[in-house]
Amino acid sequence: MTSNLRWRVVLVLVVLALSAWRASYTFQYFSLTDEAKDQMAPEQLEALEGRSLRLGLDLQGGMHLALEVDKEGLPADEAKDVMDRAIEVINNRIDQFGVAEPSIQREGDNRIIVQLPGLEDEQRAKRLIGRTALLEFVAVQPPSEVDLVFRAIDRALLDTLVAHGELPPEPEGDLPTAEAERLAREHPFSSRARFLQDLPFFPVEDVAWVDQQLERLDLDAILPTDPDAPGVPRYTLAWDEESRTFQDGNEYLAFYVLSSEALMTGSVIVSADVRAGLDSKHPNSPGIQMRLSRQGGRIFAQHTGEHIGEYLAIVLDGVVYSAPVIVNRIPAGTPASITGTFSDEEARDLGIVLRAGRLPAPMTVVEERTVGPSLGRDSINNGLRAMMIGFVLVVVFMVVYYKASGVIAVGALLFNIVLIVGLMSGLPVDPKPALTLPGLAGIILTIGMAVDANVLIFERIREEIRNRKTIRAAIADGYAKALLTILDANVTTLIAAAVLLQFGTGPIKGFAVTLSLGILASMFTAIVATRVVYDLVTVRWRLEKLSI
Amino acid sequence: MEFLVGTHFNFLGHRRAAFIVSAVLILAGVISMIAHGGLELGIDFAGGSLVQVQFEKPISAEAIRGTLARIGYGDAEIQRFGGDREAIIRVADQGAGVDVAGQVLEALSEEHPDNRADIRREELVGPKVGSELSRRATLAVIYALIAILIYISLRFEFKFAVGAVAALVHDVLITLGAFSLTGREMTLPVIAALLTIVGYSLNDTIVIYDRIRKNRGRLHDRSFVEVVNTSLNESLTRTIVTSLTTLIVVICLFFLGGEVIHDFAFALMIGVLVGTYSSLYVASPLVVEWEVRSEARRRHRH
Repeated sequence: MTSNLRWRVVLVLVVLALSAWRASYTFQYFSLTDEAKDQMAPEQLEALEGRSLRLGLDLQGGMHLALEVDKEGLPADEAKDVMDRAIEVINNRIDQFGVAEPSIQREGDNRIIVQLPGLEDEQRAKRLIGRTALLEFVAVQPPSEVDLVFRAIDRALLDTLVAHGELPPEPEGDLPTAEAERLAREHPFSSRARFLQDLPFFPVEDVAWVDQQLERLDLDAILPTDPDAPGVPRYTLAWDEESRTFQDGNEYLAFYVLSSEALMTGSVIVSADVRAGLDSKHPNSPGIQMRLSRQGGRIFAQHTGEHIGEYLAIVLDGVVYSAPVIVNRIPAGTPASITGTFSDEEARDLGIVLRAGRLPAPMTVVEERTVGPSLGRDSINNGLRAMMIGFVLVVVFMVVYYKASGVIAVGALLFNIVLIVGLMSGLPVDPKPALTLPGLAGIILTIGMAVDANVLIFERIREEIRNRKTIRAAIADGYAKALLTILDANVTTLIAAAVLLQFGTGPIKGFAVTLSLGILASMFTAIVATRVVYDLVTVRWRLEKLSI
Repeated sequence: MEFLVGTHFNFLGHRRAAFIVSAVLILAGVISMIAHGGLELGIDFAGGSLVQVQFEKPISAEAIRGTLARIGYGDAEIQRFGGDREAIIRVADQGAGVDVAGQVLEALSEEHPDNRADIRREELVGPKVGSELSRRATLAVIYALIAILIYISLRFEFKFAVGAVAALVHDVLITLGAFSLTGREMTLPVIAALLTIVGYSLNDTIVIYDRIRKNRGRLHDRSFVEVVNTSLNESLTRTIVTSLTTLIVVICLFFLGGEVIHDFAFALMIGVLVGTYSSLYVASPLVVEWEVRSEARRRHRH
């Protein structure tokens, strides 16, 4: 045979061999039963998984999150690397969460895409990832300051209520005394509070009302500021994380007037471990014990030495978790602890979050798509079933209509599928292309369209035969004339796929990738591979009549 | 086995009738869209939350709605999904940080403790992302059409490009109309299907154009109308066979592919059918009309 034909045969065989070899990993991996998976060594299993076709989240089950970072209010130099730091923090948190093959990527200027395949507990993951985790040690203001603040709020609230023609809320008790009514009218805010050991508490039912009223007032304008630094807010207000039951049987939530400047932040934490029994009130509840850095320890010691009798609050994301009273100076090296109403899981996650560090800026979830594993499995099963039946029907049609040539076309189809799987699992791109449900549909579509290239060629060959050319001439001319048409026609579908690739995310991108690969594969098999077979057949076996 | 060889249909003779059929189909779709105030948008474009719940035992939509009303989601959209044990609940955007799926699951478990509910899928699209995706989807379709216009103008002639793009717009409009008439939602996969149809329908059209170009050179003694007619007849077999095989495969997807991919398969199905039709009865006839009229104008001037 001619050397040209020999090279082509070699090319086709090499491509076939490579694809089949890569595709075999996928076949191996997906035919493993669960017991077989358990029996394999984890590194072996991971390696096999890494070499096989990657499944999209809609087939594997898992969570896709798009987080938007709020850069507002950040100083310019911080805003520059806030994205990288945020990604690092999320990476750390996910690492400790233990998800196989997570993917964290930056999108555009202020978005981060997180993909967690095989995730079971989405709620927990969302909380874990999105939590700002700003930990601060803040001084609780002494009663004299609290008084000032409350009075300021009273005055402002009174003005607002009068301006809107609203009445202050009803005073407590069934039969309010004249005195109680007067208090309620003149001190709409502080009259609702009860004081215990110098700390103000509000009944749990009033918490929403308090939040509402505080939101209406411009706190920065009303609250007294530092005479040395006018305009700089001096106080922050925060609620306790946990309510307390008073002697009268009702639940109350502590309301803290804090200094606006934190004494220390979470950056001084060297380690954060979950321990039980840190709080005598909840001996069986888990809590977090933190060790502070040397500098943190020194600040801690100094402050506690100077403020004995006052409270020191440990605030996480604006909520007070612990506020122990300073009994005496705490020497450096003593661990600090956070206790509260945590479940074991919550405590563990809090530990993770504290260890991984705080997010440099708040984030919101702007897009989330989670597919449960059962739906993923169903989708795969349905998709594969549709593909197999469709394939069989097309095969039947091709063989009936084009006879032996139809068989060659079917061989090309199989070659196609192997090529696509081989390419998808073997292409050295990052991130590796994933097969999504639309992608599976794309492969199925390619089966139908791949036939097209063959049809063009065969119809052309039939025409040439009808024009009474010799078999070899008919084949050569058929291929030649069809080639340009095939290229033209497929390029347009590739254009559409390219556009999809640009604009799509997730499943759509997967679809565009598989469609493109499918088209390229079908062009290769139709133009090169089937031609090789024909040439082999007519040259080696000198066929006179063509079964087409 | 062969069929449709040596046919001599007068495709172009029927082109007036074909244009009317196309117009009617497009109009039906457009009227439906206007009547419904536009297309039904899925959460991908409108924003909102979607929760797909599967129950252990059958449960009525009213029971679900009752439970949802109690947590303030009384006007949620509830759709059946393959049987009476599964439903898709759709709620408008609630603002950041609200865990709609969690709330729904909790309420359902509380009120129907003997009928366990499982979340099979949940999706949340913030309003900003929703409008972004809408914009990108529309732009994508427009870019694709422009790119194709340019490509065909380069490979053939501008009037051929116009005919092709007109056929594509025709296909997209009819597919969208079919969606509106059957009350299906526009989601991202549907846009992907539309773009695929654009690419695929073009396949057909280009094969025919190729024929026309070759025959024009070969049969220079015949009128343009005859050339195109001949080309259409010659390409008929190939067009039908390819469409048939693609249709077989898409129909399998539609009936067997499962509920999640159902709308996507529907779009492909309509698209393949209409795409084939438009390659024969829209693209080429339009080119002929253009050519015939410009020829008439040229003769008139002389």
